[in-house]
Amino acid sequence: MIADRLRALAAHREILFMITWREVVVKYKQSLMGFLWAILMPLVIVGAGILVRGGFAYLAHQPLRADDIAAVTLKSVPWAFAVASIRFATNSLSSNANLVTRIYVPREIFPLSAIGSQLVDFGMAAVPLIIVLAIAGVGVSVQLLWVPLILVILVLLVAALGIVLSAGSLFFRDVKYLVEVMLTFAIFVTPVLYDVDTFARWKTWLMLNPIAPLLEGLTAAVIHHRPPDLPWLAYSAGFTLVALLSAFAVFAKLEPRFAESV
Amino acid sequence: MSDAVLRVDQVSKKFRKGQLHDSLRDLIPALIRNALRPRRPGGELGDREFWALRDVTFETQRGEALGIIGRNGAGKSTMLKLLAGIMKPTSGVIHVGGRLSALIELGAGFHPDLTGRENVYLNGSILGMKREDIRRNFDAIVDFSGLTEFIDTPVKRYSSGMFARLGFAVAAHLEPEILVVDEVLSVGDYLFQRKSLDKMRDIARGGASVIFVSHNLPAVTELCSRCVLLEAGRVHAAGPTGEVVRDYINAFSIAAAQASETMPAYVSRFVMRGAAGENVRFSSGETVRFDVEVTARQHVESFAVSIGMADERQYVVFSTSTERLGAPAYTMDPGDRISVTFEMDLHLAPGAYYLGIALHRYNVQKDYGQFAVGTLFIHADVDVRGVVNLVPRLVPAGAPFA
Repeated sequence: MIADRLRALAAHREILFMITWREVVVKYKQSLMGFLWAILMPLVIVGAGILVRGGFAYLAHQPLRADDIAAVTLKSVPWAFAVASIRFATNSLSSNANLVTRIYVPREIFPLSAIGSQLVDFGMAAVPLIIVLAIAGVGVSVQLLWVPLILVILVLLVAALGIVLSAGSLFFRDVKYLVEVMLTFAIFVTPVLYDVDTFARWKTWLMLNPIAPLLEGLTAAVIHHRPPDLPWLAYSAGFTLVALLSAFAVFAKLEPRFAESV
Repeated sequence: MSDAVLRVDQVSKKFRKGQLHDSLRDLIPALIRNALRPRRPGGELGDREFWALRDVTFETQRGEALGIIGRNGAGKSTMLKLLAGIMKPTSGVIHVGGRLSALIELGAGFHPDLTGRENVYLNGSILGMKREDIRRNFDAIVDFSGLTEFIDTPVKRYSSGMFARLGFAVAAHLEPEILVVDEVLSVGDYLFQRKSLDKMRDIARGGASVIFVSHNLPAVTELCSRCVLLEAGRVHAAGPTGEVVRDYINAFSIAAAQASETMPAYVSRFVMRGAAGENVRFSSGETVRFDVEVTARQHVESFAVSIGMADERQYVVFSTSTERLGAPAYTMDPGDRISVTFEMDLHLAPGAYYLGIALHRYNVQKDYGQFAVGTLFIHADVDVRGVVNLVPRLVPAGAPFA
């Protein structure tokens, strides 16, 4: 079943590419503003991170450390990617309603292309991020090899959520609003502005959020030059695999009713 | 039949009337209700459900153009969406034996902010073309659309006609094995429609199958050799286009005329036939006969039977009457019947023509009644436009008259 879906997706990869390309081109048509959109969200997060970190440091009567700022900056970009991807993917089927009702393609293409276009933003924002980190002197080590693996897990996790939520929001309008609320408050329960170690006792609870081990793993590998917490990383990877398989299964079950429900 | 490229076998589609529960608040009570209610087998209807299509079976051969006609709500659009794979049938099977392209909307996926060029690539790949094919055909597509100078303009500045032309130009270069076409040709001007029909005929001649879903009868009769008539979700008739279209038209006109009981006399039977028999499809110049039978309800005297033809814009292109052809006047008593046969040569340009019969008093200008009795369709080997076929041909300059 899932193998069939993947084969169908592979056969329609050009359409996936073209719809992603459409999203990107439309956004970057006014090229300057397009680029600003890509880094706006991370910038806001970094600003908030400096405030929060400053507050923690003040309360603890300690100076604000450069490492902490670097960590927030590093995590802001993948977090902004995850939030925007889930938001756009959730709405992707409704916003492409005229294609859903008029053309047959495997409909996973719509949430996936929403995520694909966010991936381009991610790449755009990664350039200034790397420059900032280089200037801040975080340095290079063999631990950086963890980064691609962590990012792949992140993209797959976001894809799983996006696929399920896009189908859900087609049948139930409330899903869209629920997702908005969740995304707004997710930053409080996700270690973006802070590190999980800050909350020593509750660390386990925070790490159950499958994005947390990924962001923590990135910080460990890039800033602290040590390997990520492997059991937790394995937990995220396992969660992602299960989520992805269920997402495809749910989507395949609901898809025949899409054209009637848009 | 081994040559069938598309076979629709006992296909049914069930829909639900009214609101679907589309918020979670509505879902939970609905789930509980469904859990309590006994399960219904797939072949039965629940409350508020109805059959949009019921046991529809037909097939199409390689190189054939098949028309699907019917009134609004007969199930044409549902059939189209099932063929295109956009919806799944409730029961039954659709066998597709080749690369199928469905044209339900011209310019599907066009984005207003993108230029014509960008949209050609986008739309082409959405319709299933490989990027390499689009690149290879790009000049031909732009040329066909006639929009060369606007190709780098965002399509939001296009008129709706330009939009449709570009959309059709892409679709025309699809090279499918089965092409399913909706009413998409109704946009655009006359020339655009001609060009589109010609292109579809070329596609069918090239060995592909074309399925044309439409209630544009002239276009269907011109393009399709066979037709399926849907009525209330079922196949009402299927066969050669001429016969099916005649069924479709007759179902309306004669019945309507007989029902109007206030008329002192009415047309009780009307038959169009060529040398080969009863038909509604004739070639330009063909000799046809129209049999008219008139029945009187009251005493009517000194009347003539006149026949007229109007084109698709309701412009009367021809009329004559028994009086003008030199026949004596008719006088009838209640219950009397008379029959008149007109014979004429249809030197008409290709298209649809509506036939009307009028019964009127010979010497004073009194009407006993007017009846729409049918529609006939003219096709021609030569491409002439307008309402008459003047049988044009090219001759060398200065050649003597033959």
